[in-house]
Amino acid sequence: MADQPLIYARGLVKRFGKFTAVDGIDLEVAPGEAFGFLGPNGAGKSSTMRMIGCVSTPTSGELRILGMDAVRDGPSIRARLGVCPQLDNLDPDLTVRENLVTYARYFGLSRAESRRRADELLEFVQLAERAGGKVEPLSGGMKRRLTIARAMVNDPDLVLLDEPTTGLDPQARHLLWERLFRLKQRGVTLVLTTHYMDEAEQLCDRLVVMDGGRIVAEGSPRSLIETYSTPEVVEVRFPGMSESGARHAAALEGVGKRVDPLPDRVLVYVDDGDAALAEIQRRGLEPSSVLVRRSTLEDVFLHLTGRTLVD
Amino acid sequence: MVTALVASRVSPGRVGAVIGRNVGALRSGPSYWIILVSGFFEPLLYLLSIGVGVGALIGDLTVDGRTMSYAAFVAPAMLAVSAMSGALAETTFNFFFKLKYMKTFEAVLATPVRPIEIAFGELVWSIVRGSLYTGIFLVVMVAMGLTEPGWALAAFPATVLVGLAFGGLGMAISTLMRGWQDFDLMGTGQFALFLFSGTFSPVRDYPAAVEVLVQLTPLYHAVELVRGLCMGVPGWGLLGHVAYLAALAGAGVWFASRRLARVLCD
Ligand SMILES: Nc1ncnc2c1ncn2[C@@H]1O[C@H](COP(=O)(O)OP(=O)(O)OP(=O)(O)O)[C@@H](O)[C@H]1O
Ligand SMILES: [Mg+2]
Repeated sequence: MADQPLIYARGLVKRFGKFTAVDGIDLEVAPGEAFGFLGPNGAGKSSTMRMIGCVSTPTSGELRILGMDAVRDGPSIRARLGVCPQLDNLDPDLTVRENLVTYARYFGLSRAESRRRADELLEFVQLAERAGGKVEPLSGGMKRRLTIARAMVNDPDLVLLDEPTTGLDPQARHLLWERLFRLKQRGVTLVLTTHYMDEAEQLCDRLVVMDGGRIVAEGSPRSLIETYSTPEVVEVRFPGMSESGARHAAALEGVGKRVDPLPDRVLVYVDDGDAALAEIQRRGLEPSSVLVRRSTLEDVFLHLTGRTLVD
Repeated sequence: MVTALVASRVSPGRVGAVIGRNVGALRSGPSYWIILVSGFFEPLLYLLSIGVGVGALIGDLTVDGRTMSYAAFVAPAMLAVSAMSGALAETTFNFFFKLKYMKTFEAVLATPVRPIEIAFGELVWSIVRGSLYTGIFLVVMVAMGLTEPGWALAAFPATVLVGLAFGGLGMAISTLMRGWQDFDLMGTGQFALFLFSGTFSPVRDYPAAVEVLVQLTPLYHAVELVRGLCMGVPGWGLLGHVAYLAALAGAGVWFASRRLARVLCD
């Protein structure tokens, strides 16, 4: 039981009419793991999350959550899940605190226990002073925190977070990451989706890159970077790039292991940034700016799909 | 068989939690109370203006060999209408809003609560609201001498059944609504029922074809059942109306929960 995966999927497919949103994916998530789905719009992340959350029936394939069958045992599985959907669906008719108390009651918690949990969680997500107010005036980040608190009312074994920080300002994101990191430290299994490579790097032990309903790569953030990218990337911009990108890319060929021309800049994948800078200088190229940085999951994604993550 | 199946899958605690959400909403602000109160006055105003006002011009009425004041004829119908409006207001506007705009049910279905439990909870809640109307209305009727206290007590559970039937119907319709424009259509239908269900004149006075048509619609059965009890003339015939209303309630809940699952869990 202990080493049984919390999520086990084989050949999981979701179709909406003729359209295939999830195209046969295999997954295994172990207890205590923080697992991420990284992918662009329409990759099928939410569709997958909704199947894992047992609110959407797989079209085909096998899906077992917490050792139970996702189709047959939906209610028993949902009793042990915490779900933070992509779009907040907090109840505007209820106060902040009642949102949590009411939700706890759906899980069969007693009234007293529901209140106790609500207060404890409002403390945890730093919303205690908003407890008696309505949901509507809360900022985006506060609503997100409240949704996460709501996902925790039943003390879940597995928490599903669909784009937990999309649309938030950097400060709100960092606060959320910090809270999620604490959950992770407590041993809660987290599964999240994101467009943001920094989020994936911060929170995920392991992740899959999804594109067009398929998994195109899998591993830890570090191993993905090692496998699909180089330690460093040189971003080179030239004056009047847009017309002559290809020519500039050609001029940089051989400076590193790979060259990727983007509309506004050329990426050169290298083992050693300084050596690359010296080589660019030696070739007499005159870029308007050069930047050396560490490789990120964005580069992995670009390499795997030929597209950037956030468009 | 069906009841056993339902019982095995429905948890009273979870149905209670669905109702509890609405109690919470009621506590949270005055807007809901205003809607609540306004819903009560409509049938009462009809009773006073038409039952009493027009009744003064018409005088007494003889139906099935019994003579009564026009107000005493109209009052039970307004009582049934009141039960209908209370249940429909909750299961159409509010239910639709929770389904389509507030995503309330979407959030609920991520928990162990099942669609059928949402349907039951919302139905019970609509009955609570409807019964508030009918309870007060019955008190008014007794005070005005339009029914006997004993028969008023007998009519009360009948109004609950009327609420269940219209609540089930309302929920079923709500799951099919595309947008607010459909509510205009429903309002028209509701008004037609209100006018032609033997509310203001005996159905036997209608042309035969219309009479049959009316006998197929739910408010007719509600009015006949409630009127029979309020006037103190219970008969075996009333059981037919009970069966019709109970079937409507059951079918409504079943259909609504099926649709909820289809709309929210695809
Ligand atoms: N209920 C639905 N009916 C029809 N098509 C759907 C439905 N839900 C999702 N899709 C389609 O399936 C594809 C995958 O959608 P999904 O929401 O899973 O993507 P995503 O990776 O979560 O994207 P995003 O980053 O924009 O949230 C999209 O093309 C979407 O239009
Ligand atoms: Mg999504």
